Amino acid sequence: MNAPVYVAGVGVISAIGNNTAECLHALENGQAGIGEITYLNTIHRSAIPVAEVKLNNEELAAKAKLSTLLSRTALLSSVAATEALLNAAIPELSRWRTGFISANTAGGMDKSETFFPAFLSDRYKGKLRDIINHECGSVTELVADQLGIKNYITTISTACSSSANAIFFGARLIRHNMLDVVVAGGTDALAKFTLNGFNTLMILDHQYCKPFDENRKGLNLGEGAGYMVLISDRVAATLKANPYCRLSGYCNANDAYHQTASSPDGTGSMMAMQGALNKSGLLPSDIDYINLHGTGTQNNDQSEGTAIMNLFGPYYPKMSSTKSFTGHTLGACGGVEAVFSVLAIKHGIIYPTLRLDTPIKDFPFVAETIFQKNVAVNNVLTNSFGFGGNCTSLILSKK
Amino acid sequence: MYIRATGNISPQRTFGHPAFLNEALEYKGNRLHCAEPDYRQVIDVKYIRRMSRIIKMGVAAALECLQEAVLVNPGAIITGTAYGCLEDTGIFIKKLVENNEEMLTPTAFIQSTHNTIGAQIALILSCNHYNNTFVHKGFSFETALLDAMLLLKENEAENVLIGAADEITDYSHDILSRFGLYKANLSSNLDLYNDHSKGTIAGEGASFFVLSNQSSQTDYAVLDAMTTFYKPQDTATIKEYIKEFLKANETTPEEIDLVIDGRSGDEKGDRVYKELSADIFFSNATQISYKHLCGEYPTATSFALWAAANILKHKSIPSVFLNQSDTGKHTRKILIYNHYLQVHHSLYLLSAC
Amino acid sequence: MDKLMADLKEQIIAQLNLQDIKPEDIGDDQPLFVGGLGLDSIDGLELIVLMQQQYKIKLSNAEDGPKVFRSVRTMAAYITAHHAQAV
Repeated sequence: MNAPVYVAGVGVISAIGNNTAECLHALENGQAGIGEITYLNTIHRSAIPVAEVKLNNEELAAKAKLSTLLSRTALLSSVAATEALLNAAIPELSRWRTGFISANTAGGMDKSETFFPAFLSDRYKGKLRDIINHECGSVTELVADQLGIKNYITTISTACSSSANAIFFGARLIRHNMLDVVVAGGTDALAKFTLNGFNTLMILDHQYCKPFDENRKGLNLGEGAGYMVLISDRVAATLKANPYCRLSGYCNANDAYHQTASSPDGTGSMMAMQGALNKSGLLPSDIDYINLHGTGTQNNDQSEGTAIMNLFGPYYPKMSSTKSFTGHTLGACGGVEAVFSVLAIKHGIIYPTLRLDTPIKDFPFVAETIFQKNVAVNNVLTNSFGFGGNCTSLILSKK
Repeated sequence: MYIRATGNISPQRTFGHPAFLNEALEYKGNRLHCAEPDYRQVIDVKYIRRMSRIIKMGVAAALECLQEAVLVNPGAIITGTAYGCLEDTGIFIKKLVENNEEMLTPTAFIQSTHNTIGAQIALILSCNHYNNTFVHKGFSFETALLDAMLLLKENEAENVLIGAADEITDYSHDILSRFGLYKANLSSNLDLYNDHSKGTIAGEGASFFVLSNQSSQTDYAVLDAMTTFYKPQDTATIKEYIKEFLKANETTPEEIDLVIDGRSGDEKGDRVYKELSADIFFSNATQISYKHLCGEYPTATSFALWAAANILKHKSIPSVFLNQSDTGKHTRKILIYNHYLQVHHSLYLLSAC
Repeated sequence: MDKLMADLKEQIIAQLNLQDIKPEDIGDDQPLFVGGLGLDSIDGLELIVLMQQQYKIKLSNAEDGPKVFRSVRTMAAYITAHHAQAV
């Protein structure tokens, strides 16, 4: 059960690009995808900045080759998962036992919320086609069916750690020799439900977010999807190209402190990171880069930073929050940021944290603010910490 | 793997470990409702005030299960729920529509996230261990169970708390009814299998288990294996899956004493169960169904697993299980076969301890 | 102010679903958060909604919460001051 699990392909769509190449370009050129709401019909339109994927539903559906009647969550998922599979270029995929382990929090809520006004006025009203794919699992199956994956399909929903959990669950299925290939990751699309929900928690920044900045005021919601194709070594032997890297470590731990707030000393975060290191057999000093959860809320950055201070001190790896580019993509963030982490290893690059002007006073480290090339990036730790104290860390390592 | 303990809130009297299904609660119409305890006796008041019904159901069933296992800090907490927290979702959406996005309350939003049950259990227990929630329709419970079994195989945990919960709300029942899922006129859930019309009855419930890789004196049963398969083409394919499953677990059809099937009263959906039972394949086994007791819902197999575990523990099959063809055999090996809306199929194999 | 405080206690109990607590159990000056009634950050957000719904007063800065909601009396004082301004 310790057989290596490789990453053979990646796919991503976010506010900063509709595919991997576009996202990389934006990351290198400091181009954030945050701006005014354009797609949702909401009273918060000019007040709350978000990071939307820059395609409306018609454009997205055409790209995904799916119906415009389907949830945006499914459309995003399809685009990224398809890119990942194509990128993996596995010869004779049909000979392998293949799984689709996806995650989301919104499900088909963007469509469900168009159903409800009519339904609430009259229980016989509202178009059934808008509610039929409400469930998180329905979104997954729409894409699994499109990709022709049947051997194992499931959906995880643990708030912001969802797709990170999906990735390592997929890896474990390979290690237990249940599957040979797993497309794993997650997706989430913006919806009024989510936007208003987060607004009631008063953790949204009404300006562009400033993760790991002393004067940070909150997060910006984003949307997107990120998937990786995980494979066993038997499959790896059949590939033309080398895999990107290995998934060498992972861990999920629970903060068990409060429903939405993280503990001040980041107990859950620390356990997740330590657990991932233990699994990978690495020491803190082996980590070259941390892709922070770094949402930009007072609470998360304080908690995550404290955990890092306690675990890594006194030698800190480079670290940054790419949520300063993509916003917080909720259920997708684990997948999106794992993809960015894989690319960091592949290209030897370090991403900056945008708009970081004043580092947090309490911490003896500063997140990176400049894009760097030609860096030896062998081991990357990526964090995803969600509501309900659900903390997950993944470690990706050069082969 | 051993089923060490259970906790179950269902439309039958199952909470509080009463006598095992010595009578069946009868329901008219197409909607069952859980027989719920006074939650204040089970859950600390300071946690209850925010909990909607499904969270109370899940937490109460989990706490009862842990109490039976004498376990305060399980090695993992894994839940499965297809619909999540519907009531809170409904409340938040309703307010959103009625108030036009103003003056919305955070509690309903927070509680609507799918992993709330698992998270609340962890909070109450101060449990920092692995915590996951699966939300995949008719596989939600099965994937949660698979995750638990894998953790035990990996020795990442010795005891795992694993369960499922799904609820019916007025909104969800109206919506699912519009999809034609339910029978229009059913006089009694106990007549479910005699009614040959389209549709089934709506159920709900919360069932939790402690699964362990160490045996103990008080185990219910051995969980030998579980598997799932998706959209099989026809009954012949299903039969192959069942054969392979048994073979992989060194079991022959003749060794199965009891088959628990997922008959739901829906004419079309039940055909496969009838075809399989007519087949010589299961002629050796007593066959029972369970959905007249708990109704049909995506995680109903958690009720079936609870029933199977109890049948092995109590060494008898209560007479409330209708549709019986009773061979009078002593039950030592049970096969559960279920499908949800003919899409999500699962098989479980259990043995007596 | 007494009537306002009495109303507030009922509204708080309803908004926060504080079962088993009666209005007379909440002291006028009893701390609502730390120690005292033991409310948490989510309750604070609910109280912000309560202020808006019942008294049309918007607390735009969540950080003011701990001050304003320190006790029923401080809540009542805040409402009285801002209500007058709004009118």
